[in-house]
Amino acid sequence: MAHFTKATSVKDWLNQRLAVDTLERVLMSEYWIPKNINFLWAMGMVLAITFALLLVSGIFLLMYYQPSVDLAFDSVNYTIMRDVDFGWLWRHVHGVAASVVFLIIYIHMFTGIYYGSYKKGREMIWISGMLLFVAFSAEAFSGYMLPWGQMSYWAGMVITNLFSGGSLHADGLVEWIRGDYVPAQAFLSRFFMLHVLLIPLAILGLIGLHFGALRIPHVNNQDGEELDFDAEAKKYLAGDKAGSKVIRFANDFISKDMMVVGVYLVFFFYLVFFQYDFAMDPVNFDPADGLKTPAHIYPEWYFLWSYEILRPFSVDVGLIAFAFAQVIFVLLPFLDRSPNAIPASRRGLFSVWFWAMLIDMIVLTAMGKVPPVEPFGTIGFYAAIIFIGLWISLPIITMLEKKA
Amino acid sequence: MKNKEPLILVVVVFFSLLTYYLVEPFAHSTMHPHIESEGFAYNDLPAISKTGDAANGKELVMGAAACIGCHSLSVADVTGPDPVSAAAAYGVNPPDLSNAGVVYDEKFLSALIKNPAHALKVEHKFDENKGQMHPMVAFYGAGGDIDQEVADIVAYLKSIAISQEELTPVIAYENACGRCHAVHYERWTQIGTKPMFKAKQDDLTFDVKVLDYQDSLTKYMGKLPPDLSIYIRSRGAHYIETFMENPQNYLKGTAMPRVGVSAETAEKVIEYLEDSGDAKRHERESIGKNVMIFIVIFAIFAILWKKEVWKELH
Repeated sequence: MAHFTKATSVKDWLNQRLAVDTLERVLMSEYWIPKNINFLWAMGMVLAITFALLLVSGIFLLMYYQPSVDLAFDSVNYTIMRDVDFGWLWRHVHGVAASVVFLIIYIHMFTGIYYGSYKKGREMIWISGMLLFVAFSAEAFSGYMLPWGQMSYWAGMVITNLFSGGSLHADGLVEWIRGDYVPAQAFLSRFFMLHVLLIPLAILGLIGLHFGALRIPHVNNQDGEELDFDAEAKKYLAGDKAGSKVIRFANDFISKDMMVVGVYLVFFFYLVFFQYDFAMDPVNFDPADGLKTPAHIYPEWYFLWSYEILRPFSVDVGLIAFAFAQVIFVLLPFLDRSPNAIPASRRGLFSVWFWAMLIDMIVLTAMGKVPPVEPFGTIGFYAAIIFIGLWISLPIITMLEKKA
Repeated sequence: MKNKEPLILVVVVFFSLLTYYLVEPFAHSTMHPHIESEGFAYNDLPAISKTGDAANGKELVMGAAACIGCHSLSVADVTGPDPVSAAAAYGVNPPDLSNAGVVYDEKFLSALIKNPAHALKVEHKFDENKGQMHPMVAFYGAGGDIDQEVADIVAYLKSIAISQEELTPVIAYENACGRCHAVHYERWTQIGTKPMFKAKQDDLTFDVKVLDYQDSLTKYMGKLPPDLSIYIRSRGAHYIETFMENPQNYLKGTAMPRVGVSAETAEKVIEYLEDSGDAKRHERESIGKNVMIFIVIFAIFAILWKKEVWKELH
């Protein structure tokens, strides 16, 4: 057992028991971040803040939400929106944050792809990040079921139907997932549990893993430069702050993060109060009705690209393409065969690949929402083919890439 | 080292806005055709040519035109059957005419009196040649100039109605929409506002009456017209306004009649639906402004802090 002495101060008392000084040093003042970064490096903090907003608003909503097929709709739209003081505010914050969090996730992801931040020891950062993406997707989907509106019900119907596996006709699996033949009370109860307990727990654990995965390989920088963090840190501590290529996590890095967060929150709260419709689909303000299929069923915008990879094909081919799209991003560190961990702009063909992928995913997103009439059906079909083609070509074009 | 941040910001904002444009305004324009309002002008109906005489109109309403055979007229102490029996007889409770003169458009009222199915745009449902009579019997005239008589009736209805200023959102909704559409967030049922009963039995008795009424209404309309509690969020003001103006534009063949309200009444109906389905809109706007001011100040301090910390790092 450690030797404890009479504490000289509260801090000393805590230090003996929790080593707060060491923690402060390891996690903040001597956690070294490259200086050569731009505002895209703040997306992690923006995501953390948005997740905190989701968590806090969710806790408030949970106090009045009723997970029952008879009461859910009115508990959201009457009790929370009209009866409870500021219930509308928590709901709008929650709904808008759930949508905006995906915008930031996509920016964060494409930043990682552009700067090669999934290579050379940073593979686990990428993989844990993609697991977080999966967990956030499940969280978003399960949350979308809870108001029990028309879109909740029919999106629940369509997505759970996917598990029948097309020609496999695994209808038993679909019924097992729903706990009924159609989405009903058992379905709502279990998605409620997933949304408020199991998936948030998984997300918290994965965030820990994601942060932990950063520790050894360190944060990447704008030019993919390999830094000697120990030497640069010594330079910084010796007083050459301007000459050192690294900065402290706190307050140096955090101050820049908070600047970006400040600007982001102006944008976020503008959406919450004045432009929230994009995050709260009007169709979901009609109560769930199993006898009335809405004219257009579409997922929220952040799922549209993968929905459009499913839609233009026949059932079985579509499901295979869909499954491919769901897992392929996780494999990026292994499909990229180039030894270069530098920005895409300096990687020749990969630069073309990057912008083609970005634009193709935006096209897929747009085509995933509009009805599958011509010319949208054809555009969507070719965009889906291009998506698959881009991934197949990735190992080849990166193998051809010369060492920089 | 060149500062690339402005360029990066432009790229991020451009692709975000492009995606937004494609999944919101663009996608919705392909899914829902935009229908422009005619400003409740009812251009398909004949213009009014005669000036009515209210005194003569009163005699017609009370006598030869037989309006009060079916319609109550509470301002003149004319009562009709209770809503449940009325709906059992006609399918829907015929409206009390006390405020018809202010709720409905004058041109529409005149056309309605002469040919209800035509003015209401439900001729696909009520075709006299096939023996499908509209429950409201057309006025065939009382022996004089029919256009003059109709003008007199309308003049009388306008003379007894409350003024435009007195027309509240509640009165507008209850007259124009409330006999078919419940709004349970406002405790409105097709037979009136549901009182707060102390005894469970009274509560259930009221509910039974509502159910009886709804049964008749369902038979008459083909399906129970929807509860409009949060239609302002699910459809939006523009849709509801233009739908009221002419339901056939959106749902060809729907049993819902053209409502025939004036532009002012339509505005009041929208306000009622906002009070029901978007009750906290004023609070949202005022708090929104304050939060924006707060957060801009926060952002300014965050920027100043960063500049302070990074002074030594460059």
